Amino acid sequence: MSDETNAQEASPVAAAPEEPGVSAVRLFMTLAVAGAMAGLLIVMVNQFTQPRIIAYKAKMLKLAVTEVLQGPARYDTLYLIDGALTPDLPAGLKPEKQKAIYVGYTEAGEIKGIAIARGESGFQDVVMLIFGIDPATQGLTGMKILASKETPGLGDKIYKDLDFVQQFFEGPTVPLLGVKIGAGDGAPNEIDMITGATISSRAVIRIINNAVTEWEPFFENLDKKPVAARGETK
Amino acid sequence: MRTTTPKEDFTRGIWRENPVFLQMLGLCPALAVTNTVENAIAMGLATFFVLFCSSLLVSSCKSFIPHEVRISTYILIIATFVTLADMVLEAVVPEVHKELGAFIALIVVNCMILGRQEAFASKKPVGRSLLDATGTGIGFLIAMLMMGGFREVLGMGTFLGFELFGPSYEPWVVMILPAGGFLTLGFIMLGFGYYEQRKIAKAKEMSDVEGRVTS
Repeated sequence: MSDETNAQEASPVAAAPEEPGVSAVRLFMTLAVAGAMAGLLIVMVNQFTQPRIIAYKAKMLKLAVTEVLQGPARYDTLYLIDGALTPDLPAGLKPEKQKAIYVGYTEAGEIKGIAIARGESGFQDVVMLIFGIDPATQGLTGMKILASKETPGLGDKIYKDLDFVQQFFEGPTVPLLGVKIGAGDGAPNEIDMITGATISSRAVIRIINNAVTEWEPFFENLDKKPVAARGETK
Repeated sequence: MRTTTPKEDFTRGIWRENPVFLQMLGLCPALAVTNTVENAIAMGLATFFVLFCSSLLVSSCKSFIPHEVRISTYILIIATFVTLADMVLEAVVPEVHKELGAFIALIVVNCMILGRQEAFASKKPVGRSLLDATGTGIGFLIAMLMMGGFREVLGMGTFLGFELFGPSYEPWVVMILPAGGFLTLGFIMLGFGYYEQRKIAKAKEMSDVEGRVTS
């Protein structure tokens, strides 16, 4: 501070006329206008892309549910709200944010299977999968990996190795038990793991077992009829 | 700085001053998402789009942007186009978008893009800036393709998903893992270095010969 004043006093002539600096208002306005235009542009494009993104996700989920329940005649989405399952989502809640299971029915209106989606950490990152289970027999009806970043060539065999995936469609019972190929004794809950992808295979088995443990209490009290057949109006 | 012709503005980014192999910019996506040709192309095109649009906007608005807030304005412009690219990719090619994951958002901090705004678009006319952006964008795309092609062919035995060598080929899995990215980049840069040295040696030889002739 004092240095500055001294310098000014010492050489009043040499002090260059101050450059006409940019006003604070102009700086603020530049950023404000740029920000407003950016926001406007993003909102406009979002109007166009958002419905497509949601539609794609819904389509993918529907395909997955149909696959792991081996083609149900129809299925209902039941949301877990306050510890109870309900087909009706309270207003204001987003469906994709809620825990839910998908109950599939046969043509005759009987429960064919329940599809549950769950994600837990695998080898690299979270492995997200969906599987179907028949509550009557405790046997799986299918399994599909929804998202995974497992090592290419090794861990990604959990969805690329069709022999491994096929096992989940053949009705293994829960809780699943992972065994080395050829080491099992033919028990109905055994899954042959993938050589070189032990951690990823174990993750798949663990996710399914944990999901069943979490949701099993709800299986008994499920309405045996699809929502549409209960005579309720939505 | 020497002034350049419009032709040079366009061509130098493509090869002679390739952003990845010679300027060492944008290495993060070049290493991370070049495990397949498809990912490399998608990333290259998304980056091209952001670079081109940002250069257009920065160059046309340069007289309105005060020097003090230029970096924040450029980043805002770049981030806007990255968000647009992200949303459009997710809506149009969701499978590719899933593969690229967080790296789309990371285009915002690609030094190559901010570098072109600061060094070129903010000083030159719109037309020249677009030439420069196009050249640099193509150079980046070429670099991504070289990396992606090399890695996918060796690491999976395929090119754009087409089987190349038949079932007896044992893929070099390491090439599609992160280590393969570093190896590929290293080998390509070794090639560039070797070529440059050869050129210098040749030029020296020529001048020596000329020197002897004149003396």
